[in-house]
Amino acid sequence: MLESNSVKVEDKLYQNRYRVDEGKPHVCIQPHTVPSEVLQKLVKLCPAGCYAKADDGTVEVTPDGCLECGTCRVLTAETGDLDWNYPRGGYGIQFKFG
Amino acid sequence: MTQREHFDAIVVGAGPAGNSAALTMAREGLNVLQIERGEYPGAKNVQGAILYADALEKLIPDFRDSAPLERHVIEQRMWMLDDESFVGTNYRSDRFNEQRPNRYTIIRAQFDKWFSGKVKEAGALVICETTVTGLLRDKRGRVIGVATDRDQGEVTADVVVLADGVNALVGSRAGLRKELTPRDVALGVKETIFMPREVIDARFNLKGKEGVVIEAAGSVTAGMAGTAFLYTNGESVSIGVGCLISDFAESEVRPYYLLERFKAHPAIAPLIEGGEVKEYAAHMLPEGGYNAIPQLYGDGWVVAGDAAQMLNAIHREGSNLAMTSGRIAGETIAAAKAKGKPMTASTLKAYKRALDDSFLMKDLKKYRRLPKVLHDNKHFFTDYPRLLTHAAETMLRVDGVAKRDKEKAVMGSFRSERGLRGLASDVLKMSRAWR
Repeated sequence: MLESNSVKVEDKLYQNRYRVDEGKPHVCIQPHTVPSEVLQKLVKLCPAGCYAKADDGTVEVTPDGCLECGTCRVLTAETGDLDWNYPRGGYGIQFKFG
Repeated sequence: MTQREHFDAIVVGAGPAGNSAALTMAREGLNVLQIERGEYPGAKNVQGAILYADALEKLIPDFRDSAPLERHVIEQRMWMLDDESFVGTNYRSDRFNEQRPNRYTIIRAQFDKWFSGKVKEAGALVICETTVTGLLRDKRGRVIGVATDRDQGEVTADVVVLADGVNALVGSRAGLRKELTPRDVALGVKETIFMPREVIDARFNLKGKEGVVIEAAGSVTAGMAGTAFLYTNGESVSIGVGCLISDFAESEVRPYYLLERFKAHPAIAPLIEGGEVKEYAAHMLPEGGYNAIPQLYGDGWVVAGDAAQMLNAIHREGSNLAMTSGRIAGETIAAAKAKGKPMTASTLKAYKRALDDSFLMKDLKKYRRLPKVLHDNKHFFTDYPRLLTHAAETMLRVDGVAKRDKEKAVMGSFRSERGLRGLASDVLKMSRAWR
């Protein structure tokens, strides 16, 4: 199951409540042509599946489903790959149970 | 924020640490502003969650009359898992069915809202939907307030209590502390799965408001340092798994695959069968222990709770340490204010001294070696659960093999997996880390 494709993170995120700050992503990746090793790891490690490999080989982030855990922030603290901020007050994930 | 008012204290964050600090100071008559970035207190907070009554009783003695409590815990199960089985211990006691139970399961979003209500009743001004983006400093570097993402969002105060949670962005971006490293924090993922109350009662052998806690370690973390849990709420169970982020970075296992694997374990699957998942959450846990605790005070500021790495990983205690540190921070500040002392580092040092004298620092200090031992010795999460479950199976399966031969086989399996020297060194490492 550790390699399984049967679990879709989108199905999990669908249960959650978000207020998306349209057009103002709170996580941005520094422009790059070849992604760093750690950026590539985030494709698997982000618990919300926000990172994806694009056709041109770069890594992209779509933080709409972000759970604001900070894992990507901690992993890239040394490489400086990310510009990471909390969403504007009142936006982002709003946990119903937490 | 329209008011240009100066506050006695600003509290960043409305989790257990921030609420405890704000409540304590507001009750002492301080003019307190509390700032929360969620739509409501709890909107950004995630926990298993177990509430330890003692820490809350010290703040709100009659909390049982009004707090949203799910179940009181009467049974604790500790499981060592391999892929098909587990071996473990249970402690279940009717003595936990007492007038004032010691531990409860809670749902944090509901609990934090309730707690925040108490803070407002005490007179603090609580503002939600506002993210603190930085600290205001004077020419000498003293912290004199916060900047927020509201228009004209700068507010000043004599002191700022940083209770902004595990990411602790405000303090690290202001240079008050080092940035977290992947070894200091774990990532936990969890789901809240709903089932009728009677189904939970029947599956876990419960009645009334009794509850069960399961903590599990072993193959579920796929070789990483971490644990899994299942807690019974009133009409739901909280189920999750967490591992060190440095280990995730090495294994590159998708966190939610671990969760699915735990849910599919033959000992867990029947307990949650037919349940409806209503939320999926992820959050970091500060697991660096005593040695990862940052500077706790300075000129015009203190830090409490997860932001101060106050979590006892081995005993699964965190919210009580958050409440205790928040309360002590609030008491320290209120006492200084009453004496008319300036909120300088030398005044606020009393916070650290009071923490050092409490169970909180004593416990964290006791286990200060443990994070490194667990990080450097992954076989505690792999070899031992497998050896113990196999040993149990060998001894319990009746198959015509003499018991002495079975014992030899079990001892042999331990020796061949770990070696005599390895076994001795493991015992030594663990007993040292526990000292």
